[in-house]
Amino acid sequence: MDLKGKRVLVIGERDGVNAPAIEACVKSAGAEVLYAETLCFV
Amino acid sequence: MVVEQKGTEDVVAVLGANSAAAVEMTALTLMSGDPSYAGPLAGVALGIPSFHILEPEIVGQIDAAIYERELALSALAMDVDEVVAPMKSIREG
Repeated sequence: MDLKGKRVLVIGERDGVNAPAIEACVKSAGAEVLYAETLCFV
Repeated sequence: MVVEQKGTEDVVAVLGANSAAAVEMTALTLMSGDPSYAGPLAGVALGIPSFHILEPEIVGQIDAAIYERELALSALAMDVDEVVAPMKSIREG
């Protein structure tokens, strides 16, 4: 799957990879971010 | 809901959870509806494929400097093979 040109829903997690980190990564691959949220299950 | 406004064409989800169970629940919900039937997406099959940010096919597309800054530590702390194991079969139905 090529991220370039994809529209991405970012669902991060506090104890894993948070949403701003994922957002930076997928943007660097040419994707557009539609939504970004960091979940916390604590 | 975002997809009600923007549609689902060319939409994918990228997840960052650190357990296979959490990743599986989220990926199943976005593909075929909430498997626990507990939330608003119960019975709503959006058909959105999910990928984990640390899956090799995603990592390979990320700028190397940004990977080092944002993901390298998480990749060390997480059992990546175990966490990403459910992703492919859920995408393929």
